[in-house]
Amino acid sequence: MAPLLEVRDLRIDFPTDDGLVKAVDGVSFSLDRGRTLGIVGESGSGKSVTSLGIMGLHHGTKAQITGEIRLDGEELAHADPARVRELRGAKMAMIFQDPLSSLHPFYKVGDQIVEAYRIHHRKATGKQARQHAVDMLGRVGIPQPAVRAEDYPHQFSGGMRQRVMIAMALCNDPELLIADEPTTALDVTVQAQILDLISDLQAEFGSAVIIITHDLGVVAELADDILVMYAGRAAEYGAGTGIFGQPGHPYTWGLLASMPRLDRERQTRLVPIPGTPPSLIRVPPGCPFHPRCRYTALTGGRCPTEVPVLREAVTPGHAAACHLTVAQKAREWAALSADQVPADAGEPEARQSVPQGGAES
Amino acid sequence: MVFILIIVAAITFAIFFLLPRLAGETAYGLATQYVGRNPTPAAVVSMEHQLGLDQPVYVQFGRFLWAIVAGEHYNGAWCGPPCLGYSFKNQQPVWPQLVSDIPVTFSLMIGAAVIWLIAGVTIGVISALKRGTIFDRFSMTIALLGVSLPIFFTGLIALELFSYKWPIFPNVQYVPFTQNPYEWAKNLVLPWLVLAFLYAALYARLTRAGMLETMNEDYIRTARAKGLPERTVILKHALRAALTPIVTIFGLDIGLLLGGAIITEYTFSLHGLGLFTIEAIDNQDFPEIMGVTLLACFFIVIANLIVDILYAVLDPRVRY
Repeated sequence: MAPLLEVRDLRIDFPTDDGLVKAVDGVSFSLDRGRTLGIVGESGSGKSVTSLGIMGLHHGTKAQITGEIRLDGEELAHADPARVRELRGAKMAMIFQDPLSSLHPFYKVGDQIVEAYRIHHRKATGKQARQHAVDMLGRVGIPQPAVRAEDYPHQFSGGMRQRVMIAMALCNDPELLIADEPTTALDVTVQAQILDLISDLQAEFGSAVIIITHDLGVVAELADDILVMYAGRAAEYGAGTGIFGQPGHPYTWGLLASMPRLDRERQTRLVPIPGTPPSLIRVPPGCPFHPRCRYTALTGGRCPTEVPVLREAVTPGHAAACHLTVAQKAREWAALSADQVPADAGEPEARQSVPQGGAES
Repeated sequence: MVFILIIVAAITFAIFFLLPRLAGETAYGLATQYVGRNPTPAAVVSMEHQLGLDQPVYVQFGRFLWAIVAGEHYNGAWCGPPCLGYSFKNQQPVWPQLVSDIPVTFSLMIGAAVIWLIAGVTIGVISALKRGTIFDRFSMTIALLGVSLPIFFTGLIALELFSYKWPIFPNVQYVPFTQNPYEWAKNLVLPWLVLAFLYAALYARLTRAGMLETMNEDYIRTARAKGLPERTVILKHALRAALTPIVTIFGLDIGLLLGGAIITEYTFSLHGLGLFTIEAIDNQDFPEIMGVTLLACFFIVIANLIVDILYAVLDPRVRY
């Protein structure tokens, strides 16, 4: 059976006065029903733009989109915007980072859910829609849903608001749910609840989920597959177990090494990735990560000139876009995970020697 | 609210009754102006008494306030509440004169308000949605003209063109609505358009700015993500939020205009509160000036109150 969502060679460009911003530059992935894909990357790596492209929310902007997006076999990237609108909210739904600013401040939450339901269920009576909205609020764990449906978004706490957003996104039983940084604006304790809720509801509704985040902890908890994005391209893509067990890209190593972990010695220093993400107008030639990479010396000068393609990395089932050989990757990762911090890590001269990538877009 | 009105009354009273006195004007001198040519001292003293100028200032002010609540005998004539003083020049109570002028100002305001709200908001919304297009630039240039050109200029141009050169609306004059609604509207079209031009320009710019801001809000993206048609997104989600501040300004503008659209009324010789004010100032008729000031102030205070209440209704986040 064909996957629910298939994205092939997706490119999204934004013409600006300063030049063409290549927000997404040839990304491919696929997602089956009931599975979860985590898209990871820094700000400006193109992860949110990818999701907006899938939802067709780039319409009305100057974005130029090429490539293929197939949802359940139906091509979306070049489809009629009106058709994409029909699917939006019904077959694919989205929740956003900040639930306070994402809910309309002037309408009651119940009415906002009713609106989302009735636009795709024209025959439903007001009473049915209302009942459905209250049911949904109850299912996402809001106490006294019938009462709270009459409240406005500002009367909810952050976690409850995100639950409302989830109820609204799931009210039409979508097959694809895209969660764009769903926990970033929430307290840590609430984050776990929301993530649990998403995975519970995923099991219940059987939908496919794309979770977009910069937080590897979130992906580790939820995702079956992981796509690591850097400068609008896929740096590494494959099964979550493979990527966490044997990551095959220095950028992923950097992300993992810069993440605090409870199972490590407290004295172990976190290793930051030097430099800043590159400008998406002037992406470095060759591998876009090479100005920040510590291993360019090992590839015999290929990094600044040759664009690496996604190819089988250390373990089967996941691929990385890096010129290092499998043996080199295995050795370097083994050294890294044995806490042999690279000699230059954290030293200011080393960071200054990295060319600055320009403004983050 | 009552407190504010008393304060305003006190300030106006102080300006017109206390300051001249401090500058050396006497009650006798003041009364002389209203007696007529070649006044005899006896006539002036009699006038001084008639107008109450022979009494201490605080008694005059007290009588003025009391008359608003309970009415008062001035010069032997009964002036029912809210009396708002007794005109020096016309020798009659101020309030009945105001009452006859209120419908004119109100008619002028209501028609103009409808036109400028519809035109201003529509143009503002379209401009925001078609930002940077010919339509946007053209309408915003016109709006800049509208904001910049004074009414005595646009008004006179309009009169010259549509009343004299092509007499579509000749002899603009006020006909009461109750007497002939068609003539009422026809006569007011020019003043409406001229007054609305200024305000529509203002509102178009405000609406455009508000819409541009709200269209970038996260909840607009959410509305689109729900699969709502763009029409609903714009009208129900964006405009609703963008209009809230406009409603506030609208209320205040209405309050202000109810006190008299002075220049418009003067340009078109419509005898409303604005023209009344000008005549009162021309005649140095202090009670009339006080009366119309207090009435205008009353409208503004009421408008403010309504706006505050309306704001809480429109924006559920606002609580008092």
